[in-house]
Amino acid sequence: MSRIELRGISKRFGDTPVLNDIDLSIAPGEFCVFVGPSGCGKSTLLRLLAGLEDPSAGEIEIDGVRVNQLPPAQRNVAMVFQSYALYPHMSVFQNMAFGLQHRKLPAGEIERRIADAVRILQLDGLLQRRPKELSGGQRQRVAIARAIVRQPKVFLFDEPLSNLDAALRVQTRLEIASLHRALGSASMVYVTHDQVEAMTLADRIVLLQPLAGRSDGLSVAQAGAPLALYHHPANRFVAAFIGSPAMNFVDATVASLGDGRVLVDAHGMRCAAQLSPQGLAVGEPVTLGIRPEHVRLGEGAQRARVSHVERLGEVSHIYLELPGVGTPLLAKSARDDIAIDERLAFDLPAQALHLFRADGVAQARGTARQSGSGC
Amino acid sequence: MKAGAGSRAFAPGAAPGQPRFPWGRIGYWAASLLFIFVSVFPLLYALSSSLKQGSGLFSPALWPEAPTFANYSGVFADQPFAQNLLNSLLVAGSVVSLSLGLSLMAAWAFGRVEFRGRGLLLILILSASMLPQVAVLSGMFELVRAFGMYDTLGALIIADLLLTLPFTVWVLVTFMRQLPKELEEAAAMDGVGVLTLVFRVFMPLLWPAMVATGLLAFIAAWNEFLFALTFTLSTEARTVPVAIALISTPSGFELPWGKIMAASVIVTLPLVALVVVFQRRIVSGLSAGAVKG
Amino acid sequence: MADDSLRPPFQNALLRGGLAAQRVRRAWWMAAPMLLVLAAVGAWPLLRTIWFSLTDSELSNLGDYAFIGLENYVGEYGLLASAEWWQAVGNTLLFTGLSVTLETLLGLAVALLLNQASRLRTLLRAALLVPWAIPTVVSAKMWSWMLHDQFGIVNHHLLALGLIAAPLAWTADPQLSLFSIVLVDVWKATPYMALLILAALQMVPEDCYEAARVDGVPRWQVFRRITLPLILPGLLVAMVFRTLDALRVFDLIYVMTSNSRDTQSMSVFVREQLIDFGLVGYGSAAATCLFFMIALLSIIAMGLMRRTFERAAA
Repeated sequence: MSRIELRGISKRFGDTPVLNDIDLSIAPGEFCVFVGPSGCGKSTLLRLLAGLEDPSAGEIEIDGVRVNQLPPAQRNVAMVFQSYALYPHMSVFQNMAFGLQHRKLPAGEIERRIADAVRILQLDGLLQRRPKELSGGQRQRVAIARAIVRQPKVFLFDEPLSNLDAALRVQTRLEIASLHRALGSASMVYVTHDQVEAMTLADRIVLLQPLAGRSDGLSVAQAGAPLALYHHPANRFVAAFIGSPAMNFVDATVASLGDGRVLVDAHGMRCAAQLSPQGLAVGEPVTLGIRPEHVRLGEGAQRARVSHVERLGEVSHIYLELPGVGTPLLAKSARDDIAIDERLAFDLPAQALHLFRADGVAQARGTARQSGSGC
Repeated sequence: MKAGAGSRAFAPGAAPGQPRFPWGRIGYWAASLLFIFVSVFPLLYALSSSLKQGSGLFSPALWPEAPTFANYSGVFADQPFAQNLLNSLLVAGSVVSLSLGLSLMAAWAFGRVEFRGRGLLLILILSASMLPQVAVLSGMFELVRAFGMYDTLGALIIADLLLTLPFTVWVLVTFMRQLPKELEEAAAMDGVGVLTLVFRVFMPLLWPAMVATGLLAFIAAWNEFLFALTFTLSTEARTVPVAIALISTPSGFELPWGKIMAASVIVTLPLVALVVVFQRRIVSGLSAGAVKG
Repeated sequence: MADDSLRPPFQNALLRGGLAAQRVRRAWWMAAPMLLVLAAVGAWPLLRTIWFSLTDSELSNLGDYAFIGLENYVGEYGLLASAEWWQAVGNTLLFTGLSVTLETLLGLAVALLLNQASRLRTLLRAALLVPWAIPTVVSAKMWSWMLHDQFGIVNHHLLALGLIAAPLAWTADPQLSLFSIVLVDVWKATPYMALLILAALQMVPEDCYEAARVDGVPRWQVFRRITLPLILPGLLVAMVFRTLDALRVFDLIYVMTSNSRDTQSMSVFVREQLIDFGLVGYGSAAATCLFFMIALLSIIAMGLMRRTFERAAA
């Protein structure tokens, strides 16, 4: 059982800030996913934990011990690399045994651990093969097995699925999830750029944003449970990153404030949003947000022309042309009978609306789920 | 891109669709055959002369009239040539293993770690290969004597490192740089020390480069003459190049050419065989050292 | 396994500083043995040689010497006043100029032959490596035998063809001996040159040739306007390597003509003074001169090459 504490972690490469002021605590047994667009420093953060990079500032503790200066092997962590990094000249067995032999474990213990890993990851019959004689999925499993036999307190995964094809990716994702359940007590830290992996695997998501050269920015955009990030994004960056297709954003101004309600004016559209009016002033420019899956079609007072339709089978993507708004409003609908150029009624429900202030910070949303027309 | 990259620059044969007399192709074959002949003929003639004896030696015919191995047995009978061969083998073998071991360690440092002064040190190492041997001769002589190594093989092994280390380091640094970073990181996660990393993870992956550089170092040490001539005195301590250079008749009148050619063939044939077998690796090793340098 | 994190404190003391700093320290330890060996067999003897050149020390008693300043260089019997030294300098320069020029031209030709996709290619490459692999001493002996004035095969065939009237003393005639040495060096060193040029040739991207072919540029023009400029940096590197090598020539000359004044190179001169005459001070002075000559040339060459490379890159 081990808790990871990061306090005030920053990392810069030369003059380029990569990570800034990260405070994070990963609970024992937690599955924590670092996710974010490329350049957000998620892999670097993982490498700081692993001991492959030095932080420029801050403290890293594992189980209450400061590990900043400990080499990787003494941190009780194991890592699965994106490229698998199997030793090409060693057999599968040797790949797993190599590290254990260097910790002077008795041969019987090594064999027992490898046998366990082979059973868990179904590597029977592959032990004497070389990595180049394995398929991509098999290599991936060997890389995970090599981490398991070390019996670490923390598993680190660096984009482990990105070199697999789509079908195998789904299957391996399930295997990693069940591995986490089986190994209960070990924490897992997992880096990915894929929000589906993040949403499906994580107990907790840490969403990182690129600093874009600014050393005063914050690296962590939001940390929390997957659904918390989905329903209550802390800011516009999180709202845009989580969810697919991405959230719609419309410029608006605050028209009036009520109790648990904010009335905004968006290009002539009057919308009532069910969220905290705290800190807002009438006339303030804001951004209205709504997820495509929350736009209701065929009801409500608003009308718009359908400019484009994408039919995916299970759902259709309907693009609605709003007067005075450059990008069309995207709606996800189960209906497949909507045609281009049709004029369609739609509604943006009050409880589904998000509101972001000019600096990107979101207004707190209630948890109540009453229905009600927004616009 | 490699094969036939230049064939159009200097293409043998006529332009397509234009049946002309193939001057280019004929020129190519003539030049190639001439080149092969000139390269190989001296060795063949040495082989031929080594099988001739007495007045037969003075006949320029390539095929000896009465082939004999008398020169070969003579070489071993007149002087401790077997000992000389063993010396050369010991010296070259030790030089190769020492150079490869030392350079492999250094190549990790220079190829994979960024540290201050790295570039300058690499330039200094490269310039050591420009050093004329005679420029270190008196200093080395003093050193060899001070350590009581005069007239021993140890002196030659140490001195020859000056000739091999610069390029073995240089070539192995080039190859070491190309190994994936993750492999080193995986080893770090496994908790292996840097020596284990270099010799048990990287060395097996670098074996083609090791073979190439090792062969080059072997040839350099096997062929070395000036140090071997200067730091040995007794015939028993000589390496083969010195032994061959100093073969003479007791009368000192005319050199025993038959025996000299026999000794030359003995020394050269294994080397040529080695080089022909490993020609691809040697060529890549030579060009890696030069292109990047 | 859990105790791994509870290492004894003295072990943690080794891990001072950040991980990057630990890594740099480890790098120095890894490089140290090689650097020490090179310092011991390169830098130290070189410094001793330079020091000896300022003394009157002799081989019979190396420890007993007096500091005599630049006497070995500019004194009455100093190096700069020695006709023999200047002859050795002249011989070396002549040898270097001739052999490097010939080796460059022939090496280029051979490299072009080798760059053809052809059935002969493997054979050519094998033939190329034969002279290169043969020990210099052995090639000197083989050629000495072929160039023998009475029984040599070269004289035999030249006489038979009527090209010469009387046998030539290839290695004994002062007019000829240096050229014979150049001939053997060209035979032995052209392969090395060809290999380096070949490496440069193979880096020329094929689309350059295809573009020229589409434009219908004649073959000779393709070579002059495309191939040559592109391989020039590589060619220059090869020439510099060979030049620096030729300036220190020893084995070939020592074996073919011994200490003869007519062919003596600077290296042969140095060894004769140092070992045969035992004049360590004087010989070291000559060695030091050779060293500084080569060092100066290397620095100039590096500067020139850097400019060529920059122009090639631009």
